[in-house]
Amino acid sequence: MTSLVSIKNLYKKFPIHGDLLDQISFSGGKFHLKHEYVHAINGVNLDVDKGEALCVVGESGCGKSTVARTVMGLLSPSSGEIQYNGQRIDNLSPTAMMPYRRKMQMIFQNPYASLNPRMTITQALEEPVRWHQPKLNTAEVKEKVAEVMASVGIDPSWGVRFPHEFSGGQRQRISIARALIVDPEFIVADEPISALDVSIQAQVLNLLMDAREQRELTYLFITHDLSVVEHFGTRVAVMYLGALCEVAPTRKLFSSPKHPYTQALLSAIPRLEDEKPDFIRLKGEVPTPVNLPSGCVFHGRCPHANERCKQEIPKLLDVDGTRVACHAVEEKRLG
Amino acid sequence: MALLEVKNLEVKFGLRTGEVTALRDISFTLDRGQRLGIVGESGAGKSVAAFSILNLISRPGYISGGEILFDGKDLAKLSTKEMRYIRGNRISMIFQDPMMTLNPVLTVGDQMVECLQAHTKINREEARRISLEKLKLVQIPSPEKRLDQYPHELSGGMKQRIIIAIALLLNPDIIIADEPTTALDVTIQAEIMDLLLELCTSQNLGLILITHDLGVVSQVTEQAIVMYAGRIIEQGPTKEIINDAQHPYTQGLINALPQQGIPGERLNQIRGSMPPLHRIPQGCAFHPRCDYADAICEKELPGFTQSGGCQAACHLVAGRIALKAKAEETH
Ligand SMILES: Nc1ncnc2c1ncn2[C@@H]1O[C@H](COP(=O)(O)OP(=O)(O)OP(=O)(O)O)[C@@H](O)[C@H]1O
Ligand SMILES: Nc1ncnc2c1ncn2[C@@H]1O[C@H](COP(=O)(O)OP(=O)(O)O)[C@@H](O)[C@H]1O
Ligand code: SF4
Ligand code: SF4
Ligand SMILES: [Mg+2]
Ligand SMILES: [Mg+2]
Repeated sequence: MTSLVSIKNLYKKFPIHGDLLDQISFSGGKFHLKHEYVHAINGVNLDVDKGEALCVVGESGCGKSTVARTVMGLLSPSSGEIQYNGQRIDNLSPTAMMPYRRKMQMIFQNPYASLNPRMTITQALEEPVRWHQPKLNTAEVKEKVAEVMASVGIDPSWGVRFPHEFSGGQRQRISIARALIVDPEFIVADEPISALDVSIQAQVLNLLMDAREQRELTYLFITHDLSVVEHFGTRVAVMYLGALCEVAPTRKLFSSPKHPYTQALLSAIPRLEDEKPDFIRLKGEVPTPVNLPSGCVFHGRCPHANERCKQEIPKLLDVDGTRVACHAVEEKRLG
Repeated sequence: MALLEVKNLEVKFGLRTGEVTALRDISFTLDRGQRLGIVGESGAGKSVAAFSILNLISRPGYISGGEILFDGKDLAKLSTKEMRYIRGNRISMIFQDPMMTLNPVLTVGDQMVECLQAHTKINREEARRISLEKLKLVQIPSPEKRLDQYPHELSGGMKQRIIIAIALLLNPDIIIADEPTTALDVTIQAEIMDLLLELCTSQNLGLILITHDLGVVSQVTEQAIVMYAGRIIEQGPTKEIINDAQHPYTQGLINALPQQGIPGERLNQIRGSMPPLHRIPQGCAFHPRCDYADAICEKELPGFTQSGGCQAACHLVAGRIALKAKAEETH
């Protein structure tokens, strides 16, 4: 299978801009300016194959949105590369990036912030078409807009109205239409349904699944909700503190999770079943990405950690068709 | 008689554009040691219900009908002072937003001491001792250290534990928790829910848990209420509601969950969305979205029908139960 998008050894750190006073420290008889960083992504390698719906899951602050934004070129990597169809794109000039800006579209979590409040729905949908396909005449643009509106179930009467007149679910529908209207190949969706109610979440998920089928789209789908992953994803990447713990086909990840963190995460899903399953309690809380733990970033909370875990960063290794970064799995201490 | 008995509660908001009814005909009971879940989508009226029970609903909102009987007394008729006593000592609330409880400029210890001293005659040392005891009860790591920390120094999960500790300070009979874990990660949410469950049992607390998450309701509560557009549409034992929902809306909500779908296939969505208060349709408020809607549904507000241990406000359920009764009669 060919990968459409490749994330190669990606690192991203953000400088912390505290008060100047916070940044100055005194030691050895001298003042120093501390340079502190948030280490949001620490060596992520991930390929997105053509046609798949790859889900990235993890708890808040683990770096999911940073991955999404870096892939989209909204942030530049601190080191590493992003490739699209084998071509490096993270260092392109804005002009050279233009064709990719059409092929790659993003849907955001907040359907309130992602639409321009001063544009009617029709204007918001026409704008990207005019921008990316300047050769189309007005009638052709209108036709295109009408076609996409129909395909995502937007009533033509919505066209003259403004975003504030719509509910969260309706706005997310409009954002999806706006992403689809330029005929993209690849869609990054960053928590697209997290702000929506259950009955509306199902509508939006269905819409994204229909679009994938009809338009042969490839998705990088970011979420913290594992039951959505189980339903929507063809493959899953589990993240913790800026690193990948486990990458596996969805069915496999849910039936035989290998990484201790994946196991804990799966056990915490509130299920409808009668019997309350025992969830795996983790020690402590997620450390800050400012001072990353040494070795395996999960070692402070891991029930299987040993001395090696505190020193050596585990590599993603192939174990029965799953990729896992865990010494215990490698040493066969863990299933 | 139950410790808390809410009877036909109705709440209105007097808006410039006219009056809207945010809650109508809300009735339920709760005793110590019982756990009741209230579920519904955003805007269904869950928080308004919680605030009203504590008589915390403020202008333009007001309680326009019904009774909230606690220990036989109607809370809606109490004076501010009497109500403050109940709110502190008998019923505690955990709010959706942790910063509604926590004061950012006071240490955890000072807030807890202040809260205790506002409600009881007690010296500082004693108040600190009780505070520490409650922090231990909510299993917070290094409780002594937390007393002298400020809210911003604590993680989301720890803040929520402290809020629960504050809610427990005066040994209440009932805790109302409004989406206590919405802002938290799944692993932390599971821990907090486990803690609430444990506390209800060990402290013999009554719990009203408000959430939009049916999974959480199913794991924590024994009784559940499903709300839609300001009304209860179904209520009964949680297990029965989850496994054998009667009302088409409850069924729709459960079937729309990704964990109920076949992976990779379309989910069973409910069409449309919940109407805002000023546009609640005539008859059954759910009828524009309901697959079973009939002519009567557009005109007549359905009353409650008993089906098994559940009550559902639906004409269809009423019809089905009536048919069944008739069939049994002719046998
Ligand atoms: N102060 C107010 N003035 C006018 N309307 C209000 C006011 N407070 C709440 N409402 C309305 O009452 C209805 C119920 O609101 P409520 O906050 O109880 O919803 P909820 O079920 O708690 O939703 P969520 O899940 O989003 O917290 C909504 O339509 C809301 O807009
Ligand atoms: N622009 C930024 N400046 C500083 N820190 C940031 C910035 N964006 C993200 N971070 C930090 O990077 C980490 C990862 O964040 P993010 O990718 O948003 O996580 P997620 O989407 O998984 O919740 C967090 O610690 C976050 O606070
Ligand atoms: S490498 Fe060690 S600490 Fe990390 S998950 Fe595996 S066993 Fe746990
Ligand atoms: S009363 Fe009618 S419209 Fe309402 S839920 Fe029942 S069948 Fe549907
Ligand atoms: Mg994010
Ligand atoms: Mg609420």
